[in-house]
Amino acid sequence: MNHAAKRRLKGQLCQGAVYFCAFLTVAVLVSILGYIFVRGLPEISWELVSTKPSILRDTIGILPNILNTLYMILLTLLVALPLGVGAAVYLTEYATSRKLIRVVEFATETLAGIPSIIYGLVGMLVFVQILGFNVSLLSGSLTLVIMILPTIIRTTQESLKTVPVGYREGAMGLGATKWYMIRTIILPSSLSGIITGCILAIGRIVGESAALLFTAGSATVIASNMFEAYTRGGGSLSVALYIYASERGEFEVAFAIAAILLILVFIINMATRLVQKKLNGKEQGK
Amino acid sequence: MSNNIILQAKDLHLYYGQTEALKGIDFEIQEKKITALIGPSGCGKSTFLKTLNRMNDLIPSVSITGEVLFQGKNILEKDVDVTQLRRQIGMVFQKPNPFPMSIYDNIAYGPRLHGNHSRSELDELVERSLRGAALWDEVKDRLKKSAMGLSGGQQQRLCIARALAVQPDVLLMDEPTSALDPGSTLRIEDLMADLKKDYTVVIVTHNMQQAARISDQTAFFLTGNLVEYGNTGDLFANPKDKKTEDYITGRFG
Repeated sequence: MNHAAKRRLKGQLCQGAVYFCAFLTVAVLVSILGYIFVRGLPEISWELVSTKPSILRDTIGILPNILNTLYMILLTLLVALPLGVGAAVYLTEYATSRKLIRVVEFATETLAGIPSIIYGLVGMLVFVQILGFNVSLLSGSLTLVIMILPTIIRTTQESLKTVPVGYREGAMGLGATKWYMIRTIILPSSLSGIITGCILAIGRIVGESAALLFTAGSATVIASNMFEAYTRGGGSLSVALYIYASERGEFEVAFAIAAILLILVFIINMATRLVQKKLNGKEQGK
Repeated sequence: MSNNIILQAKDLHLYYGQTEALKGIDFEIQEKKITALIGPSGCGKSTFLKTLNRMNDLIPSVSITGEVLFQGKNILEKDVDVTQLRRQIGMVFQKPNPFPMSIYDNIAYGPRLHGNHSRSELDELVERSLRGAALWDEVKDRLKKSAMGLSGGQQQRLCIARALAVQPDVLLMDEPTSALDPGSTLRIEDLMADLKKDYTVVIVTHNMQQAARISDQTAFFLTGNLVEYGNTGDLFANPKDKKTEDYITGRFG
């Protein structure tokens, strides 16, 4: 075999190998999704998603878990978004000390890599015990805030950095103050990056169980209003999944929850993509 | 014709860290004229231009000594209101940099920044600025469309209109046509000839033909020094300094 033919063969082999890798990834994803939907979807009933569990009637309902999950997403983002975006704006726009920036960036990167159960432990000590918030959705949400803050800071920072220098010069050249420029030019043009950060954050919130077991508990009460909800403990969907599967052996319910979780994440992703697309379209003048 | 001095630099030194980029510039810029700054890359002409409206403030390592007098006041003083200064001395950059918003909002950005304007005042200001930058006819039907959809030359005229909208006295232009095609360049040069009726224009250019075509005064910078300065016709026809002659005849640069 001559050199060229050998090289062609090598190329074809490599191409085959990467196709296989890609195929395997998709196959794993599809089979997991398929398995969960096949087992979970038939178990989803209106009764399941619209009631709370009752020992007397021996029924299972996951409405409290759905509500708890949504409440925690809401409060967590409400606290983490301003904090995270603010920190990122400070780091990229205001901070002048290279050393300080490096230290903070290192800290956020390290935080992002810490196992979530450690956040749960710290949350339990700080929010539940020292601050006296008890095991509640509030404690759970605040724990989640600390957990997702690095994600939001990093993604916001990355998108702030991609705002062209020209925009900054243009605004400053017209006499804009720094804050005016950030508010009118920088933040709007990095909105899609910030939204990406939110998607990632929501994914982590929805999927979290370890950190919430200690801080938000696994109760299944429906509070009469939102404020009351935050002062009470409550299990999120992922926590409920864990409990039904590992402690009560209710695998049908566990699979139903899994399917609902996947659908929830899918809907949230789609919604944020849509917003992102709309925003980008506006920018490009379409 | 009056020859009022609107901007005056006195013994201006500028350092990037330890490097001296401007080595004692004494320079007068005449009102309602076009002054061209020419010279090879790294000669300090852009740096000098950016000193005139304190855009160098954005670079942390810069330190400046000397004076730049604008309407008799030293603008390098610490207590100068930079926002106000940049309203009076506007800037157009090398690469067109429209903001990612509508054409209308781009023009209205400056006026909104500097004070409240009623809707009708803004409408009028936007039209006047776009007419001033010879762009009105091309965009009047799509003011609400994004400025990012304009061509490069249109974008640059938009940036000029945006700078005009705050009604400045001086317009600084940092190689405004170097990123444009010849046709767009010509349109902007025509525009500049109109602009000098109402504004003082200071333009940095790499293109000596451009300096010769459009400017009244020309200044030649080399390695941080102002080598020669005078009427454009004189400077190109009878350069006094050997280095100027070498540069404009294309022997280096």
